[in-house]
Amino acid sequence: MDELLREFLTETAESLDHVDAQLVRFEREPNNGQVLSNIFRLVHTIKGTCGFLGLPRLEALTHAAETLMGKFRDGMAVTGDAVSLILAAIDRIKTILDGLEKLQREPAGDDADLIGELNRAAARAWNPRWQDDRSAASERIGDEVAFQSADAGAPRNLAESAEEAGSVASQSIRVSIETLDQLMTMVSELVLTRNQLLEVLRRRDDSEFNVPLQRLSSVTTQVQQEVMKTRMQPIGNAWQKLPRIVRDLSADLGKDIGLEMLGADTELDRQVLDLVKDPLTHLVRNCADHGIENPDERSAAGKPRLGIIRLTAARQGGYVVIEIADDGRGLDTTRIKAKALEAGLVSESDMAAKSQAEINDLIFAPGFSTALAVTSISGRGVGMDIVRSNIEQIGGTVDVKSSPGGGTSFVIKIPLTLAIVAALIVDIGDERFAFPQLSVLELVRLGGEHRIERIKSAPVLRLRQKLLPLVDVRTALQLETSDTVNGFVVVAQAGGQIFGAVVDNVFHTEEIVIKPMSSKLRHIAMFSGMTILGDGSVIMVIDPNVLAQSLGRAAPAQSEASTDTAERQPKLRQDTISLLIFRAASDRPKAVPLSLVSRIEEIDCRNIEMADGRYIVKYRDALLPLRSFDQVRIKREGAQPILVFSEQGHSVGLLFDEIVDIAEEKFDVKIAGDRPGILGYAVVRGIITEIIDVEFFLAGSGSLGRAA
Amino acid sequence: MTDYVTFTTAGQLFGLPIEHVQDVFTLANITRVPLAGREITGVLNLRGRIVTVIDLANRLQLGAPRDATAHMVIGIERGAESFGILVDRVGEVLSLADRDREPAPINLDRTLDAAATGVFRLDEKILVALDADRMLDFGSSRSNAAQ
Repeated sequence: MDELLREFLTETAESLDHVDAQLVRFEREPNNGQVLSNIFRLVHTIKGTCGFLGLPRLEALTHAAETLMGKFRDGMAVTGDAVSLILAAIDRIKTILDGLEKLQREPAGDDADLIGELNRAAARAWNPRWQDDRSAASERIGDEVAFQSADAGAPRNLAESAEEAGSVASQSIRVSIETLDQLMTMVSELVLTRNQLLEVLRRRDDSEFNVPLQRLSSVTTQVQQEVMKTRMQPIGNAWQKLPRIVRDLSADLGKDIGLEMLGADTELDRQVLDLVKDPLTHLVRNCADHGIENPDERSAAGKPRLGIIRLTAARQGGYVVIEIADDGRGLDTTRIKAKALEAGLVSESDMAAKSQAEINDLIFAPGFSTALAVTSISGRGVGMDIVRSNIEQIGGTVDVKSSPGGGTSFVIKIPLTLAIVAALIVDIGDERFAFPQLSVLELVRLGGEHRIERIKSAPVLRLRQKLLPLVDVRTALQLETSDTVNGFVVVAQAGGQIFGAVVDNVFHTEEIVIKPMSSKLRHIAMFSGMTILGDGSVIMVIDPNVLAQSLGRAAPAQSEASTDTAERQPKLRQDTISLLIFRAASDRPKAVPLSLVSRIEEIDCRNIEMADGRYIVKYRDALLPLRSFDQVRIKREGAQPILVFSEQGHSVGLLFDEIVDIAEEKFDVKIAGDRPGILGYAVVRGIITEIIDVEFFLAGSGSLGRAA
Repeated sequence: MTDYVTFTTAGQLFGLPIEHVQDVFTLANITRVPLAGREITGVLNLRGRIVTVIDLANRLQLGAPRDATAHMVIGIERGAESFGILVDRVGEVLSLADRDREPAPINLDRTLDAAATGVFRLDEKILVALDADRMLDFGSSRSNAAQ
């Protein structure tokens, strides 16, 4: 393509994004002369270049748009219709530019319709005030200098900003992204080599290389930082289209929505920025569509008619935290519950045990679409699960907070860069692996109070008030070495759950340069990449999201498993859950979702006391009320196993006889229960099993006092 | 005439056009890749590049055991990636006339046939001429772009 044309396309694309953002601001603040000047100048520049390059169609269109904007500048009242018209003109310009890029010439077409409308709008606004010396300007706006001298409103501003732009332009040059990427790759190599050298040096006590190497090391770090900087772009670049989107949405939805953006200058790696753009847009659309209420609704609720969507970005350590918040109605927990149950994502009893935050988190579950009434705005088949998986793919996290009537806020945490990440180096047998630091919550050393317990074959760990499901990394990776006894548990949060990864040893945290997997190994979903350590060895980077998927599956993760979203989804959609099967009171097996069980304990019957007509046991410095099925008689001595259920700081212990098994089953209550404490009956492993109603016991029923 | 780098694995003599070969090195500090297919021996770091090492005997399903003491790797570059072909022994470079190359016999194992461009009848042995691209055409090499 013609060099000149390419330059024009790049520049124009940038300018147009600016115009979009500025126009929306202009509609809100029609008296802001500087905003108007900015828009005017941008369009004017495009027009000027079009004429120069011989692009008549574009020139005619920009000219008409410019004329209308000239009227605004001259004091014409800014109406929403007129702004819409200009936005339409800008959309048409974009279409032509797209064609221009593909065909290398202006695509055929006629813009007479739009130009006509623009001219009519400009003519409608005819005002005697322009008759005098400005008529020439509105007819054919002269060059910028003339414009400045004619405009008494904001000449200084314009002059200043023009000067500013000039000085910045002369100090910066355009460098292709390819060059920067290549530079980054080479710096990564440099960092690796430096690490290798330092490793060699560490093994020698005294060396003449010490001092120069230290120097080399610090210079390398600086070079790395500087190169990273060249790839950094303000997050505002990803936000540029948002004001326009929100504006169009407000018009479509008949809502009053304002967009506030804070921290737009927070910088992010270009690659990360590209990947986060779509999820951000989707979340903003969601806020506008589902979060913000109609103006009337807002008035009724005593809120200002104008709803606000607020974007905030800030840097925290090696991460950028972006918050998308609205002051709308908040998430409707009842509807989320109903929807999740209907879609079969969660079972009835499972749902009962979920906290508010856990229920809200369901909107990210695959197969859950928040759009109860699917609208054209956000119900376009792109679910929040895609948003989450997109963000997790770049090593980020997304969470939601909401308060009824007070609004919803999405918090995204993403690494500054993809190329270099902090990773925990772990060891299994004599093989090392890297575990991305972002997913790591804490480390637990096994031994003493922390030991791996097995319920049938499922390994679990008691951690504070919870049972933590464990993934044996050794099994997940099909390594043939002996079992971990005195290892570590890496407590991680990924794939929407918290779990523990059992490893033999944990080394230090290292800044690693992630290299893509070889094309012959890319099908192994378990690894997100490889890296070269300081000692020169190559190790695999474990993808915690995939590791989380092997939770609760009896068979180890399939080696050929693909992570293509299309293929992964059905797997997740199968709503199998872990059921704890036990016996109590009768021979018929009973079951409860394992996630509802806080702990399984054995208590000494001598500690059971009667108080207020109920049985209570002293347990961990507190009193634990005991529950049972009717026919159970309390023993006088010996050990009594109990299941501990907790909800909001309130716990009860349910007496049982023995654990039968843990089953991974599709949870489907066939017949509703007819006895207290029994939610219903389900077929688990081919046997009719009673599903117990945890809520019933937590609510204070099934008291032992009654039975005694 | 084409120059072939010759090598032996599982008792069979092979040749690869010299322009396909980047370098030859001994296997050291290899990292096994869990969950990988049996064609993959592992990955190693060769002067800052990550090389994926492929066991030729397993790749071509030769059946016969490889010489466990021999660890020669033939380095190949394909696109931006580096591969290593693990063989028993690397021999001399032979200049062979293209007209002497015969089509592979019809009863040749299909896996081997797919990777071979033909055979040469040498005085003592039969040399199977391989093609680097065909040799690397196995397993899942589909793009990861979806992720």
